[in-house]
Amino acid sequence: MAGNREFFYRRLHSLLGVIPVGLFLVQHLVVNHFATRGPEAFNRAAHFMENLPFRYFLEIFVIFLPLLFHAIYGLYIAFTAKNNVSRYNYFRNWMFMLQRLSGIITLIFVTWHVWETRVQAAFGAEVNYEMMANIVDNPIMLGFYILGVISTVFHFSNGLWSFFVSWGITVTPRSQQISTYVTMAIFVALSIVGIRAILAFA
Amino acid sequence: MMSEKKTVRFIITRQDRPDSPPYEEEFEIPYRPNMNIISALMEIRRNPVNAKGEKTTPVVWEMNCLEEVCGACSMVINGKPRQSCTALIDHLEQPIRLEPMSTFPVVRDLQVDRSRMFDSLKKVKAWIPIDGTYDLGPGPRMPERKRQWAYELSKCMTCGVCLEACPNVNSKSNFIGPAPLSQVRLFNAHPTGAMHKAERLEAIMGDGGLANCGNSQNCVQSCPKGIPLTTSIAALNREVTIQAFRNFFGSDEI
Repeated sequence: MAGNREFFYRRLHSLLGVIPVGLFLVQHLVVNHFATRGPEAFNRAAHFMENLPFRYFLEIFVIFLPLLFHAIYGLYIAFTAKNNVSRYNYFRNWMFMLQRLSGIITLIFVTWHVWETRVQAAFGAEVNYEMMANIVDNPIMLGFYILGVISTVFHFSNGLWSFFVSWGITVTPRSQQISTYVTMAIFVALSIVGIRAILAFA
Repeated sequence: MMSEKKTVRFIITRQDRPDSPPYEEEFEIPYRPNMNIISALMEIRRNPVNAKGEKTTPVVWEMNCLEEVCGACSMVINGKPRQSCTALIDHLEQPIRLEPMSTFPVVRDLQVDRSRMFDSLKKVKAWIPIDGTYDLGPGPRMPERKRQWAYELSKCMTCGVCLEACPNVNSKSNFIGPAPLSQVRLFNAHPTGAMHKAERLEAIMGDGGLANCGNSQNCVQSCPKGIPLTTSIAALNREVTIQAFRNFFGSDEI
């Protein structure tokens, strides 16, 4: 069993990135998109999420624990790679490097974002349209949020591509090629959803 | 111009001992038509004088078959790992840079020790056990279509190019690399080899195994034999997923 632990951790890392963390990300971006319909629509949606039954249980087991494992083990994976895109200038090698880079940017962004919103909420602040509007009022923070969202969405979309390979779903080069197109379309679509929401706060 | 003799220039990364620091030495040798890297290295060996005109030790390298089937003469040529026997001087930009493959310990100059690959082949049981105390008779037949398919995988010559190209094979990880993984697919496809399928799958589910692949897919781009290494890896991913379920939930297929 000791020898099998790495295999188990890697597969767990791959699974958690999509279920539940990836699904949570999509849900989060969709709820944010209510901001494009005005402050009230967003506040209503945020309030609904806040008042979900079993909120702390859901937060711990659907968001924080899977996210923590994925982030910490992901950091280990990222730092054991020796990137070589300058010597092997291939598309998939670039995606390999960008997956690791976007993972690190996303971790920094998400940590900051959780601190600014969820942790502040725990200290008594109210999470609403105004809170976000105040954050992205600063052009530097607006830029940081846009970069963070693009990085997160890329990491999720390209991670979905590797998920399909890691679990042996896409085996042939053809299926992996189509999977590249589909996951990149997801990247573009979710980026639009995410950025529209941020700009609605700005 | 006509009287000037054509030459070939080399910048070679050399190393005197496994533990001594590497250094570069330049060479300039007379050009001959149809030269390859091996014949150029032979010329340096015949007359070991560097570009400054100083006498030096001949450059050490490894070679065997000279027709790109043994894998022994792999080295990094102008930044890319490949076999020096099929690297033609006429196709290379000069000065030609030769370096030993960085993934393996250097023995001397361009000669590296590829033992880790052979150890990995042992680890994954890359063979078909047919020996016994009595004649086991003929094994099951292999369909011709499958034999032709398996032949492509059997072209692997353990040259090390895929390990050199892989960003996840390095001193910080114990990943065995693409070549031995693809051999598991080959031997599991063989009707007699399939009798030990689970053993091989469990070997690559261990430390440094299949799960270390990060899908940079440099291996399949670099393989001199055109082996579908990433298809092998993805196919094995499916196999080990099923194997893991079998191991945990139970199965009569042992």
